[in-house]
Amino acid sequence: MTDVREALMISRKSDGTPVRRPLSPHLQIYKPQITSTLSIMHRFSGIALSFGTLLLVWWLVAAAASDAAYAGVSWFIRTPIGWLLLFGWSVALWFHFCNGIRHLFWDFGYGMDAQLLDAPEHLPEVHASGKAVLIATAVLTVLTWFVVVVF
Amino acid sequence: MAHRKGSETVIMRSLLGRARGLGSAQSGVGHWWAQRMTAMALVLLSVWFIFSAMHLAGQPRAVVLAWAGAPMTATLLLALVLATFHHMQLGLQVVIEDYVHANQARLATLLVMKAVVALLAIAAVIAVLKLAFAG
Repeated sequence: MTDVREALMISRKSDGTPVRRPLSPHLQIYKPQITSTLSIMHRFSGIALSFGTLLLVWWLVAAAASDAAYAGVSWFIRTPIGWLLLFGWSVALWFHFCNGIRHLFWDFGYGMDAQLLDAPEHLPEVHASGKAVLIATAVLTVLTWFVVVVF
Repeated sequence: MAHRKGSETVIMRSLLGRARGLGSAQSGVGHWWAQRMTAMALVLLSVWFIFSAMHLAGQPRAVVLAWAGAPMTATLLLALVLATFHHMQLGLQVVIEDYVHANQARLATLLVMKAVVALLAIAAVIAVLKLAFAG
């Protein structure tokens, strides 16, 4: 027994033989939905952004340290891996940003009605806001890089 | 915990317990609340930082030093760093608590994560302060 909660998993059938209680259905049982998918993506993007802070700290420390250190971080950002990390960081940040605002609206009690604008033909609000988050993430990411590259 | 007895409500908890409002986990809504407060701060601060980073992209160090040396920049950068790392350790704590089930491994993972986040936060704060006072 690795965990005291294991004790709660042991039960008996009606004929008295011991049985391990079934667990409730887990992730792989359910069809992917935009609500669950975005929830998982929120967690993943949060973890990715946590690793992304390494780049932020490196940049700040290098800027504070010396010209040579700053040249080092500038060089790294310009390597293909650096660009890729920065691009991934921007996608993760805008997604976590938009979906985080969606979460904050839920915390205030908004955005959980069965249909958008109470119209029966509309999507549930959580589905509509999920799609809005994906569109906003794409638009903001493209806009960010457009400005960086063009200006 | 309360239940109805006739018309009066009987509170089962001690007055001290009610005043503290911490519940059986001894932490109350502190974690949840801090995560939301830092989230709201970061909505504003990250927009500011992304705009700043877009302006600084490809600029030499001297431009970054001039930017980071301004008191307003240093203030917002410190706020950004503190809110980011506090929000980050709150979030990572929940992830670790969800997926690391064995008690000792969970405690060890949490302590290592918090130590690493604390060191990153301190390094960032020192850098921001050095930039602020040198500039």
